[in-house]
Amino acid sequence: MTMMKKLLTSAIASTLMASGAQAAISNDTVKIGYLADMSGTYRDLAGPNGQSALEMAIADFGGSVKGKKIEIVSADDRNSPDTSSSTVRRWVENENVDMVAGMVASSVSIAVSKILEENDKLGIISGSAASSITNEHCTPNHIHYVYDTYPLANGTASAVVKEGGKSWYLLTADYAFGHSLESDVRRVVEANGGEVVGAIRHPFPTQDFSSFVLQAQASGADVVGLANAGADTTNAITTASEFGVTQSGQTLAALLLFLTDVHALGAQTAQGIQLTTGWYWDMNEETREWSDRFMDKTGVRPTMVHAGIYSSTIQYLKAVEATGSDDAQTVRKQMMDTPINDMFAKNGKIRIDGRMVHDMYLAEVKTPAESKNEWDLYKILRTIPAEESYRPLSESKCKLVNN
Amino acid sequence: MSMIFGVPLAVLSGQLLIGIINGAFYALLSLGLAVIFGLLKIINFAHGAMYMLGAMVTVLMFNALGVNYWVALFMAPLLVGAFGVVIEYFLLRRIAGQDHIYSLLLTFGVALIIQGVLINWFGVSGLRYTMPDMFKGGINLGFMFMPYYRAWVIVAALLVCFGTWFVIEKTKLGAYLRAGTEDSQLMQGFGINVPLLISLTYGFGVALAAFAGVLAAPIYSVTPVMGSTTLIVVFAVVVIGGMGSIGGAIITGILMGVIEGLTKTFYPPASSAVIFLVMVLVLMFRPSGLFGKEA
Repeated sequence: MTMMKKLLTSAIASTLMASGAQAAISNDTVKIGYLADMSGTYRDLAGPNGQSALEMAIADFGGSVKGKKIEIVSADDRNSPDTSSSTVRRWVENENVDMVAGMVASSVSIAVSKILEENDKLGIISGSAASSITNEHCTPNHIHYVYDTYPLANGTASAVVKEGGKSWYLLTADYAFGHSLESDVRRVVEANGGEVVGAIRHPFPTQDFSSFVLQAQASGADVVGLANAGADTTNAITTASEFGVTQSGQTLAALLLFLTDVHALGAQTAQGIQLTTGWYWDMNEETREWSDRFMDKTGVRPTMVHAGIYSSTIQYLKAVEATGSDDAQTVRKQMMDTPINDMFAKNGKIRIDGRMVHDMYLAEVKTPAESKNEWDLYKILRTIPAEESYRPLSESKCKLVNN
Repeated sequence: MSMIFGVPLAVLSGQLLIGIINGAFYALLSLGLAVIFGLLKIINFAHGAMYMLGAMVTVLMFNALGVNYWVALFMAPLLVGAFGVVIEYFLLRRIAGQDHIYSLLLTFGVALIIQGVLINWFGVSGLRYTMPDMFKGGINLGFMFMPYYRAWVIVAALLVCFGTWFVIEKTKLGAYLRAGTEDSQLMQGFGINVPLLISLTYGFGVALAAFAGVLAAPIYSVTPVMGSTTLIVVFAVVVIGGMGSIGGAIITGILMGVIEGLTKTFYPPASSAVIFLVMVLVLMFRPSGLFGKEA
């Protein structure tokens, strides 16, 4: 009996070995590096709570994959491409990290994905916005999961133009993300018969927006578009309301707002603002159930980025399990072949350029009367189908797409 | 409409006014730094954190106890000032007489600790503070819409700045202060409690920062990181004005607000750098600052 068992095991072992080197989990560990802004402007939308989402995913998966342990390392990206690059280089070259998750500032993601490509490791970007990440900056080594500037512009800008906001004045954060968002907004506004009459590129971060708000007012444009994020956006909205931008007949369009931003502004200040989001915690039973668990752990409601980190980590671990490998290309291919159906997305699909395409939502911030509690902030106005949302592959400049 | 370098005159006047408002903040903050440096020779890198604390305390007192804006305008500087006295007594006093770099590093460390702890408690998205009702709205000046609150900021900041300058330069108390830091042994011989004077001066400088924080609470996102970027700009302002020059800090603060405002109009991407450019020029041609005494 024991003899038989030994024979059998060695037979299985040799078959496994013969099936090639990539069908194995390196170092007997799946090691995930969590890289995000842990202390700066973008902390709340991803940050330490994003790591909690990652830990939830690993715990829900059972804590191990194919009997191999799953480990996490994490680091603060300090919103700096340089700091992040050296961290990730250390992770993949010396510490056997297989996959890097999180990633917020677009400039960070673009820098990190180059290092991942050099070392053939995988990155799943959940926090960043720039659509260029899967366009001119695409690599075979990363996936962009939650949202990007293309659907943000498509959703919010086209809705505002259709309501009569024809002339636009843009306040743009002066770095990769802002530029990307600005160009996507210009495209959508012009395609819908509107016009961008002026734009200001403001330093990142900016505390006092009064000077820029004043210039936007003087422009006489119908719409003041905010192509920035985080504290920049909340500061701009507060200043705009102080200077009476909406009272004087201009519409304020925030192109990227996270739940944490709206929570900070409060329904009183933010009411009526339309925004595009990839996910909202209070959409259905599934999202609420997961959000309750998240809130028990962290004390706050999750942003779309938190939900995306959870969902993408589960997808990643499933792919590792299905292929028995943590090789970047093997796993990425498996993830591309598997439609995503979970609390985050229905029928989500990862394309060859690394873009995960899924339905997006046009939402409006509730009035204080409609809002039942401090996190009851959005009503979903419209579902924007996946194929309408994202940049079609036919327009892609990605080197992996044959155009 | 008349134009200046392609910018309508009306827009330009608005920008000048905005510049003065922001300059009033810079003046208030750099004044506190100048008082602390001028009288105590301490490079207070915790100044931004104290500004932030002023704003945070305002919001927290309102949320927890319903303390209104006017009370906060006195209470927050008082509380933060008292905290400053504690820091002076337990930490700064131990390195008195050492090289400047010690006070710089110590206060920088204190600032990072305060900021880090508050980030863990409150996150960075910002706390909400509603503007007092009487300041809601504004007046149309023809060339711009002037929110009432911003007008109040100019008035309050300038009053406090002038008051401080007056006390230090023109009163007996100010004379004690200046003499106490010049020759503390002699002053002690005259029966003046110099260590107490030093603690109170540090507390007062810090309270000025907290006062600026209260003024900022209704108009900026109140977050634990709000002081860190402001601090660097304010240091540049103090260097331009001349380290330790009280009047210089006030005038330079307003001047830099205006220069920054104009840059925001003509070439926005440079607006975060322009003050440092001025600093470099001043250091090259007048190393002791515009209003500093030649060493």
